[in-house]
Amino acid sequence: MTAGIISWGVYLPYWRLQRSAIGASLGGPSGRGSRSVASYDEDTTTMGVEASRRALAALDGTRPEDLFFATPAPAYLDKTNATAIHGALELPTWAGAYDMVGSVRSSVGALRAARSVAGEHRAVAVLSDLRTGMAGGSEERDSGDGAVAVVFGGPDDTAVAEWVAHAGTTAEFLDRWRTPGEFDSKVWEERFGQEVYVPLVHQAWADALKSAGVVATDVDHVAVVGLHTRAVGAVRGSLGVRSEAVAADRAASVGNLGGAEPGIALADLLERAEPGALVALVVVADGADVVLLRTTDALPAAREARRAAGLADVVEESGPGGGDVPYTRFLTWRGELLREPPRRPDPERPGAPATWRSTPWKGGFEASDCRACGFRHLPPARVCLRCRTIDEMDRVRLADVGGRVATYTIDRLAFSLSPPVIGAVVDFDGGGRYRCEMTDADPDAVRIGTRVEMSFRKLNTAKGVHNYFWKARPVGAADDAGDEGGES
Amino acid sequence: MSSNGIRDRVAIVGMGCTPFGERWDKGVDDLLIDAAKDTIASAGVTLDDLDAFWLGTMTSGTSGVTLAKPLKIDYKPVTRVENFCATGSEAFRNACYAVASGAYDLVMAIGVEKLKDTGYSGLTGIRPVGDGTDAALSSPAAFSFVAPAYAERYGVDPEEMKQVMSRIAWKNHRNGAVNPRAQFRKEIPMETITKSPLVAGDLGVYDCSGVSDGAAAAIVCRAEDAHRYTDHPLYVKALSFVAGPGGGPIDPDYDYTTFPEVVRSAQDAYHQAGITDPRASLAMAEVHDCFTPTELVLMEDMGFSERGLGWKDVLAGTFDRDGELPVNPDGGLKSFGHPIGASGLRMLFECWLQLRGEAPPERQIATVAGGRTLGLTHNLGGAPGECVSFVAIVGPELSE
Repeated sequence: MTAGIISWGVYLPYWRLQRSAIGASLGGPSGRGSRSVASYDEDTTTMGVEASRRALAALDGTRPEDLFFATPAPAYLDKTNATAIHGALELPTWAGAYDMVGSVRSSVGALRAARSVAGEHRAVAVLSDLRTGMAGGSEERDSGDGAVAVVFGGPDDTAVAEWVAHAGTTAEFLDRWRTPGEFDSKVWEERFGQEVYVPLVHQAWADALKSAGVVATDVDHVAVVGLHTRAVGAVRGSLGVRSEAVAADRAASVGNLGGAEPGIALADLLERAEPGALVALVVVADGADVVLLRTTDALPAAREARRAAGLADVVEESGPGGGDVPYTRFLTWRGELLREPPRRPDPERPGAPATWRSTPWKGGFEASDCRACGFRHLPPARVCLRCRTIDEMDRVRLADVGGRVATYTIDRLAFSLSPPVIGAVVDFDGGGRYRCEMTDADPDAVRIGTRVEMSFRKLNTAKGVHNYFWKARPVGAADDAGDEGGES
Repeated sequence: MSSNGIRDRVAIVGMGCTPFGERWDKGVDDLLIDAAKDTIASAGVTLDDLDAFWLGTMTSGTSGVTLAKPLKIDYKPVTRVENFCATGSEAFRNACYAVASGAYDLVMAIGVEKLKDTGYSGLTGIRPVGDGTDAALSSPAAFSFVAPAYAERYGVDPEEMKQVMSRIAWKNHRNGAVNPRAQFRKEIPMETITKSPLVAGDLGVYDCSGVSDGAAAAIVCRAEDAHRYTDHPLYVKALSFVAGPGGGPIDPDYDYTTFPEVVRSAQDAYHQAGITDPRASLAMAEVHDCFTPTELVLMEDMGFSERGLGWKDVLAGTFDRDGELPVNPDGGLKSFGHPIGASGLRMLFECWLQLRGEAPPERQIATVAGGRTLGLTHNLGGAPGECVSFVAIVGPELSE
């Protein structure tokens, strides 16, 4: 048994910002392509949950018993962010959950940490980033938001890609940096970084090949990632691999995902490589890391299972997304454009004890089913609404169950960073009804019958407390039953 | 449900009501004093004569001290009650029961709310510390599920539905226009109502009740003592209050075209008062028109209209001030305003004026002259599918 990767999940937000919209608003040159944009109700933790759910969706068997969360943009400091993901996934209490925050390089650390405990039990590395930068700058324009989860197998798992070798180099120098709380990273003159980086990568590359007992031309696919564009470009052309082995990036459509970029590059390799291929991931960040993996015969079946579970691949995820966000709204979401709030009270901070007591509901979206009559309650109830039986309930997780919109309303009064709020009454497949907010939706396109799935979001942040809970988001078109008669 | 009722055992012998509106000039204390002063004058008594007090307020104070301090009440029982938008009616209901029990001879129920001092629009609410998972929908949004559901169920064209809603707002504004105590004293053209900016769903600004300040009060005693204080008391025929299990939002069978709590409380009240045909028996009704579709559905839930036909009655003018059964002749929550704790008592105040022939001629309802004697008041608190409902019936004559 060799510890290896058994599954992966990619989450890119619904929204895209057309780079031409930046130029159109601020003047100056009009950029090409688009970047992915986390919505106003997303952060690196919520995106991490979504990526993890996708990674686990096509996987049977035990839950991961270690979770390593890497992000340069943590929602909290001091408090662990990985525990919110642990809670939303309803991992076992004994499963570990650790943050590795602050830099892109931590993503490699998370992958290596997950790999190091794999074999004993399943472990997941969650890589997430929400890239911010000053208006009109290259950081804002060229970055993207997203998250990727990579699951490593336990003792009974067959890997789809076995971990062959890792080699790295480390160097202390100023390439890019920011102090905590700052909105924008600073970078030193690019040619300096390139000069320092390229030899560091070449050394790690040579060490990894030597450790695996292979030569560069044996590598079937290689992805080179990093935020230093010039260094990454220089490395791509100098690794000695066949030119067709070098993977393309997704800079044009979604931008550079920063801390999540190693994850999406790895996922892309796994989705394109043939069984038995040698694939390499090269990460250029404060030194260099090279990971060599060998895909196995289990890979095609895993891909098939992912498709059967309805999971989009990297190419589809990196497409045009669901909708374009206007630049002014993007600036509002990021707090760069201060808009007048409605004359309504600020949201209340959730209480810690009440939140802790309701973890299965708030985190896992668990309902309760009455054993006597079967009625389903959201949130879980102790007394049955239909037959009044007391304390005879079974818990059932509905976070991963789809539903349809029974009715909805557009609320122009409720507090939101992105009004209007869409309130939907959702009927879940197999029973259960709940009224919640909708997200990633066009208010004019919602219909009775619209199919939805639940998505883990941040309802608001009050007094520094992020209020995470589930919202419904549309998936595809409305079904026929009960449509209002409008075109759908 | 079963309730025994206290028909004709308690009487209202004095009432008062402040003007409602944006009362920047009056604090909670002032509003309470104004309402109490008018009410004791109306009954011809002093504060000293009163044995106990019930204060209804949702957000403007806690405990009996909120009333005892401004009125300088001399070491007497003062109970503060709260029950959403039925708060004022709850103060009245509990005061009536205390008198009926024989515990006290003469008591006051008083309600007050000062909403405009918050600086926010709409209700701001008071919630215990929670887990943060309650949907952040506003009150108009929670009620905006009603109109489209009703239109779909009964095949009402959306544009026609908008006309029905606007007709209700138009009627209540028309009634409020001639009421000097009302917050909005102006008729509003149908077209202005129909085209008002949307707040939630199909609800425009004019489909929502007024946010306001105000206070109202009543003095009650046992029926046999009523003539010590007035020649024209109002006897309490029925008091009904229910809280529902709050399951509407999670019940796939709930379709937002009815408020089951209202149906139950209305049936109970009719039973207590011995009414079988409310539309033909009542001289008037003051109902909880927090939003225009609410009043429409109430017409059916209270049995004034056949299921699915209320909208036709609305368009036919059945509930106009000069119609078959005047509903909200004082302007309702819509134009009289809705200071939560005061609203239930404000409704009783309109019965007090109309049923005893004290309403000014320009807004006196014709049904009283036509021989009808009973008035109904109703509050709904909460949201569709998860609310409380109150119904009272009062009249100037003792039954056989």
